[in-house]
Amino acid sequence: MFWNLPYVAVVLLTVIGLATILLKRNLIKIFFGVGILTSAVNLFIIALGYREGGIAPIYTYAASENMVMATPQALTLTSIVIGVATTALMLSFAVIIYKTYGTVNVDEIRELKE
Amino acid sequence: MIPGFIATNAPALLIAVPLLGAFLSPVIGIISRDARALWVLAIITLTAIIGYFVAFLVYTEGTVLYVFGAAETALTVPPDSGGIPIRIIFAIDAMSALMVIIAVTVGFAVILYSLSSDSRRSGLEAYYTIFLLMIGAVLGMVSTGDLFNFFVFLEISSLASAGLVAYKVERGLAVEAGLKYLLVSTIGGIFFLFAIGILYGQYNALNIAMLAEVIQWTPLDKLALVLIIAALAAKCGAVPMHFWTPDAYSMAPSAVTAMLVVASQASLYGLFRICFTLYGMTLSYVTIGWVIIILGLLSMIVGVTMAIPQKDIKRLMAYHAVSQTGYMLLGVGVGLAVLGDQALLSSYGTTAMEGGIFHIFNHAMYKGLLFLTAGAIIYQVGTSDLNRMGGLGHKMKWTMIFFIIGALAIAGIPPFNGFASKFLIYESVFAFSPILSIIAMVVSILTLASFVKVFHSVFMGPPLPEHENVKEAPHTMLIGMTILAALVIISGIFPEFFIQNLIAPAANALIDQAGYIATVLGGA
Repeated sequence: MFWNLPYVAVVLLTVIGLATILLKRNLIKIFFGVGILTSAVNLFIIALGYREGGIAPIYTYAASENMVMATPQALTLTSIVIGVATTALMLSFAVIIYKTYGTVNVDEIRELKE
Repeated sequence: MIPGFIATNAPALLIAVPLLGAFLSPVIGIISRDARALWVLAIITLTAIIGYFVAFLVYTEGTVLYVFGAAETALTVPPDSGGIPIRIIFAIDAMSALMVIIAVTVGFAVILYSLSSDSRRSGLEAYYTIFLLMIGAVLGMVSTGDLFNFFVFLEISSLASAGLVAYKVERGLAVEAGLKYLLVSTIGGIFFLFAIGILYGQYNALNIAMLAEVIQWTPLDKLALVLIIAALAAKCGAVPMHFWTPDAYSMAPSAVTAMLVVASQASLYGLFRICFTLYGMTLSYVTIGWVIIILGLLSMIVGVTMAIPQKDIKRLMAYHAVSQTGYMLLGVGVGLAVLGDQALLSSYGTTAMEGGIFHIFNHAMYKGLLFLTAGAIIYQVGTSDLNRMGGLGHKMKWTMIFFIIGALAIAGIPPFNGFASKFLIYESVFAFSPILSIIAMVVSILTLASFVKVFHSVFMGPPLPEHENVKEAPHTMLIGMTILAALVIISGIFPEFFIQNLIAPAANALIDQAGYIATVLGGA
């Protein structure tokens, strides 16, 4: 049970993130939800990559059979960078929306509906 | 300039040229606006040449492999890696090559068009950077043979597209549309990454061919497939995840909209690639095939019925784009539903897939053309409201001719290309289930009705007094439209040539999962 703790956290974070996105009406809080969801998937991939007793593949003289491929870590780093870019773009959109509409409540941002 | 060096590295250059061009274009823009325009044009021309060259290689010599950072470009499995393809691999087979052709052709036409259509706007230094970034991302999505790499390009294309949709910042509305698109894409992307994690956790591989060899259809694989289908169907605008399409398509600058259609189709390509090549025979193809058929049917019906009452010309066309995506899903879905039955597959399954794939090609051409004509009208008239247009046929003759070509093609009237692909779909889907075929035909008739209405209210009638100063669109815009219109007509008059040389190899590449695996992993 204890070793499944990261996965339990992943499920909890996913649920919290999705609930925030679906239930909150404030744009900034929705972005929080997206951030939590991104953290959930990052934690998931990092937890998958953990090998007990493994050695990071950066030591020249370590026993090579215990070295762990760093792919999940590489994936997570890429994913974090993408998450930062997305968050920045979303927040800049929120700034413009607040300037033109005077609100960040999604119920009031529906000029496009016909 | 060593031709041999260029030839070996062509798949990498396909991505490198637009990306490099993208980030250098603001620097060139410091010199002058014209220098930037020439630079962007040169970059997209070079990209198009490389794209056609790669496609030519694929169609003459078979799948092109490119391994990044390896000693040899075709060395997919290094000898000391224990049989795992650890590097990022580009695997361009006939289906990818077709998508590359679509992307570079439409990309070239829209860049040419946007050089004058968007020249009045400010902030152009970022505009062309993001535009080239988006084209590069689409090319990456369709060329890659690696799941995580696909995700990265998917995210680049989402970010670039959202930025371009929101480009007309001053009105606020465009930002609303861009935000909607960005949220859908990001959440879709996160679920796609979950699916990648699930697959990686089970099989320790990210390479599509490697995964395809060992995948087993465990409950976790089913979960991964559900997440992938949901994410990519949302990205390609299939009902019930279509709500972002009308907003994003109508608010983006028209040249961007034409390219957004291609970006959506790249997601569609991803969906087909994962269903056919990654899962292949292991998934319960009848169920998944029917899921895709039903997504297609819903898209067709909801798209066309929502399109009819629209007052905004681009919103109307956007709903038609949703409805046309339904045809592609229907065609390829039927092919997937009979994947395991060789007799049915050869009697009509392959034809249905050819129809669906040919429709992807045709849709990119005529829908791009229609959005460009809509852009030309909006550029000259200054409104996108159908009720405030009229009598434009007197002033904008060429635009009218291009609109007629596009409208007849989307409605499936011979001799334009929409007819060729829709006929393949009707014929083969009728053999599968007559009702589906009849629904497809009814949707086609409604499409025609809707476009007759648009044609009448935009071009017919007496010239309106407020449009006295309206002129024909500028030349570069007309050239961009001519390229697409010529392809619509040529592929409509000689469909046999296109089907035999481009479409049939693409359909076979999707069906032939074992061939794909053998080509990619065979180098070991």
